[in-house]
Parts: sequence; structure tokens; C-alpha cells
Amino acid sequence: MKVLVPIKQVIDANVRPRVKADGTGVDLANVKLSINPFCEIAVEEAIRLKEKGKASEIVVVSIGPAKAQEIIRSAYALGADRGLFVETEERVEPLAVAKVLQAIIAAEQPGLVILGKQAIDDDSNQTGQMLAGLLGWPQATFASKLEVDGDRATVTREVDGGLETLALTLPAIVTTDLRLNNPRYPTLPNIMKAKKKAIDVKKPEDFGIDITPRLKVLKVSEPPARKPGIKVASAEELVKDLKAAGVL
Amino acid sequence: MTTLLLADHDNATLGSATARALSAARELGADVHVLIAGSNAKPAAEAAAKLEGVAKVLLADDPSLDHQRAEPAAALVVALAKDYDAIVAPATSSGKNILPRAAALLDVMQISDIIKVVAPNTFERPIYAGNAIETVESTDTKKVITVRGAAFPAAKEGTAAAPIETVAVTPAESGSAFVSESLSKSDRPELTAARIVVSGGRALGSSEKFNEVLLPLADKLHAAVGASRAAVDAGYAPNDFQVGQTGKIVAPELYIAIGLSGAIQHLAGMKDSKVIVAINKDEDAPIVQIADYSLIGDLFTIIPELDKALG
Ligand SMILES: Cc1cc2nc3c(=O)[nH]c(=O)nc-3n(C[C@H](O)[C@H](O)[C@H](O)COP(=O)(O)OP(=O)(O)OC[C@H]3O[C@@H](n4cnc5c(N)ncnc54)[C@H](O)[C@@H]3O)c2cc1C
Ligand SMILES: Nc1ncnc2c1ncn2[C@@H]1O[C@H](COP(=O)(O)O)[C@@H](O)[C@H]1O
Repeated sequence: MKVLVPIKQVIDANVRPRVKADGTGVDLANVKLSINPFCEIAVEEAIRLKEKGKASEIVVVSIGPAKAQEIIRSAYALGADRGLFVETEERVEPLAVAKVLQAIIAAEQPGLVILGKQAIDDDSNQTGQMLAGLLGWPQATFASKLEVDGDRATVTREVDGGLETLALTLPAIVTTDLRLNNPRYPTLPNIMKAKKKAIDVKKPEDFGIDITPRLKVLKVSEPPARKPGIKVASAEELVKDLKAAGVL
Repeated sequence: MTTLLLADHDNATLGSATARALSAARELGADVHVLIAGSNAKPAAEAAAKLEGVAKVLLADDPSLDHQRAEPAAALVVALAKDYDAIVAPATSSGKNILPRAAALLDVMQISDIIKVVAPNTFERPIYAGNAIETVESTDTKKVITVRGAAFPAAKEGTAAAPIETVAVTPAESGSAFVSESLSKSDRPELTAARIVVSGGRALGSSEKFNEVLLPLADKLHAAVGASRAAVDAGYAPNDFQVGQTGKIVAPELYIAIGLSGAIQHLAGMKDSKVIVAINKDEDAPIVQIADYSLIGDLFTIIPELDKALG
């Protein structure tokens, strides 16, 4: 079974994002960019499926600006077999991403697609669900456990009330949550090998898909700042202050 | 025209997130119909009918909708969509699971997790873990929106109940089946609805300590219990306790952060709380920088003192 893993390059999770002074977006110049942490978990899960003999090939796909190609190499270094990069300097929304992925999936025919549950830049939490809808495939979002057996996947999901387990008939869509696995680190020889591997580069037009955004970003602003707080010396003082503030 | 609100419920009761999403839905300016998709879900429909500002409740009652699996629930929303200009759901795990699937089938780009309705086509939403707020205008004719509950007040019960109308469901093969669930049981208030939240981090060190230190305090304050990702990953607390960018978003009157550092991903889930207290041994921890009140020291000495001071 082929496993397809869509991955996105985002601002590194350890960087504090800064809003640009002109209110047009977040400053990404000279900022460390990485593979979205949830996508990294998705790649790791695909590798584990391959190690267990459940997956035969891992194909990673990313849609984004030229420099985002780096994450295909990162995925190669971890163990992905093949990478497809769809290059565009435009802003690509989840709906457009899902449509491009749908076209790629029609050609690749994977048995399982594993996405991140959320990209930590746009915080949309949509792409996997949209893709599942477009394909008419079953979905299991926010997965913390995945087992594949023949043409069935059993997935435990993190939901608001606790955990839920679903059984899916493949092909299906799974999106990853934090507890699914702990991604491995690439080894140096694998990083070197990844540098030489080919990447198949395409454009959105190659799929005949209109990626024009449906949402116009009118403004990006700083969230309101909190007023400075105080240090209290003891538990009694804290209780007194909280009572005075009317919250106890 | 009209707005459809997909309710979050467990057939027997209506989640408070629905009442909050209703407040956002009403700000769109049109009549609001609430859709209860479930199985034996009449009690949830009756609860929805009582909320102020609901013009009508649609009850889709069918065994296939029992656990709100995304495939049948999204298909139902799509089938009803032609009569609506906007489709809204709370950004709960269920709303987030179902609504984007419906949006794609309607060829609409969903606006996720709105915190403000600027105009019926313009919304504010947090991005980058709440480090930036984006104002977006939707050019789609139909709007599909999820609502961050913490940003809107819960609609109250009104004086008259809205009518409940039954809608027909055509069950279809979906490729997914419910197997089991293990839900946290607790007499404490629900995390996203609580007036006070007591949250613990990695410093608690074990699930025994987490429970021993935090639960008596939470009980005394009638508070919900939350946790950082590190505490959940380490197994001190269950996953549904996680507060943050990728966990639950809370905005209680009082948030007490105990032995957690306040990483940006954690702050994203609680920094709109009215009053924040940090209890931490490191006065340079990010949580201390944003807290209204900080008590610097060892939590294992401070919490018993706090228990005592509370009487
Ligand atoms: C993709 C992604 C998503 C994430 N999502 C979330 C999320 O939703 N929610 C979330 O919380 N995190 C999230 N994180 C993780 C986040 O980055 C931090 O790693 C995490 O919040 C740290 O947890 P912590 O504060 O408990 O632990 P630490 O950062 O280790 O902090 C422990 C704190 O306890 C203090 N301490 C230690 N001993 C004592 C003592 N005896 N008494 C008092 N204080 C003491 C220390 O000074 C320190 O400040 C996410 C990370 C990533 C990459
Ligand atoms: N531009 C992209 N290229 C490839 N995959 C993407 C892209 N955007 C989103 N995804 C996938 O969809 C997931 C959820 O993203 P989002 O819906 O934007 O929060 C990510 O973790 C990726 O797996």
C-alpha cells in the first residue's frame, strides 16, 4: 500500500511570530522555517507503517513557495521515498490545497493519506477533512493511535471528552494529533543522501486548478496586550488580592 | 436570509459551546436554525429550542448519526445547505471534524475559529497561536464558519421555546464505523465552561502528584482542571485536559497556572482569561510575564499554603 503524506513548511514552533508593522501579515524574512510539527508526526507514522510492512512506499507532497522544497528533503532524510513539490508564490488556502491533493491522489492512488491536524501558521484545521469530502473517503481526524490491517484502519482520536475509536475502510484520510508518535531525528548519512534525491516539481496550473484565494486578508494585527501584573509574597496575599479583584 | 447552526451535543444534552456559537451566529443578523444531528436526540433538540434567538430547531434523528461521524453529518449539512446563507458550528472537536468536510463539498473556504463578527462577510480570527489576529473577508456566496467559544458569551434561555421540525435522513454507506469511546468522567465543571481553571504542568512530576496537589484545590474552588502539553504527554493528565493552541481554548474569570512555563502554544489557549495567576519557581518564566499575580516559589510548598489560606 502506498501512503501519501501532505506536508507544509511553517514558521518554526520555537519562534515567536512578529506582526509586520504595515499590518499585511507576519514577518517571515530571516525567520527559521520548519516542517509543520503535525506533518512531521504524519511522516513518522508513515515510516512506522512501512517498517511494520504495512506500507510499501511513502510519497510526500508539498504546495508552497520555492524555498519550501527544503521540507521535502527533510522528509527524505527521515525516510520518505518520493517527493512531489507544487510550486507557487501565491497564498494557497486549505480548499485549494485539498483540490491539488485530490488531483495528485487521482494519479497516485494511495491507500492511505496522513495529514497533520493543523498547520501552526494559519491554524485552519481543515485540509484533511476537506480532502476527505472531495474524495468521498472516510476520515479519522486528531489521531493518537493508528493500526492498519488489510483494507481496514482502526484509529483512536483525541476528542473533547476523551478518546474515540473508529474503524475505517481504506482508502481513507487520517490527521495526526500530538500523541500519535514521537518523530525520530534524521541521521547524518540520511541527510547527505536526501540532498541528492530528485524532487518532482509541478505548478498548480499543471493540474488545471484555480487556487485563487476565497478569503481576502484585510489586515493582520497584534492581539491586545495584557496589562502588567504584580508579584505577591504569600498565598494569603494572593487570596486577598483575588477576593479584591472579585474572582474568588 | 437564514443561518444554520450545527449543534454540538451528546443526544441527551447540549454542549455549552453551542450556546456560545449561537451568539456569534446571531451577529450575522439573520434568523438562526439549529440543527441537531443525532440519534434519540430529542432532549438535545428541546434544550436548543429553549435558547433565546433560535427561530427553529431541525432534528435529524437516525442511528447513523449517533456518534456524529463526519461522513453522514457532513452529508446532512450539505443536503440542507441550499436554504442557508451561512453555516456555523462551534470549533469543538466535533465541529472541527464535520464542518470543513461539508465546506469542501459546497466548494466554500471555511473561516475557522472566528473571535469576532465584523460584518456578515468579515471576521476576525487568531493565527500563529494567537500571536496575530487576521481580519478576513469571505468572497464565497455561502459562508461556512466555526466559532471559538471562549470569544463569545453563551446565549441564555428565552421565554418561549422555538418549534422543532423533523428532517428526513437518508443513511448512506460512509466507510467509517464507531468502535468505542472512553470519555473522562468528572463532577467538576467542563474546562471550556468553567469560571475558574486550575492548570498543572511538567513540574507536577507524576499523575499521583498531579492529582494529589491539584484536585483538592480545584474542588475547593469549584474549578475545572487543565494541563500543559508536557503534563499530558507524560501521562500526568488525560488528553482532554490539554489547554493551548492545539488543545482547548479557555477564557475563565480566573486561570491558575501551576508549574507550567507558559510556552506560546500554551498561552494561545488561555491568555484571554480575565485574571491569570502564575505559581512558578522561575520568575523569568513566560507565564509570569503575562500573569496578573505571580507567586514565585516551590509549588509543593505554595499549594498547601494556598489550600489553607482559602479556608
Ligand atoms: C505543534 C505543537 C503544539 C503544541 N501545543 C501545545 C498546547 O496546545 N498546549 C500546551 O500546553 N503546549 C503545547 N505545546 C508544547 C509547548 O511548546 C511546551 O513544550 C509545553 O507547554 C511545556 O509544558 P510545561 O510548561 O508544563 O513544561 P515546562 O516548559 O518544562 O515548564 C515547567 C515549569 O515548571 C516550573 N517548575 C519546575 N519545578 C517547579 C516547582 N517545584 N514549583 C514551581 N514551579 C516549578 C519551571 O520553572 C517551568 O516554568 C505544543 C508544542 C508544539 C510543537
Ligand atoms: N500547502 C500545503 N502543502 C501540503 N500540505 C498541506 C498544505 N497546507 C496544509 N497541508 C496539510 O494539511 C494539514 C492541515 O493544515 P491546515 O488545514 O492548514 O491547518 C497540514 O498539517 C498538512 O498535512
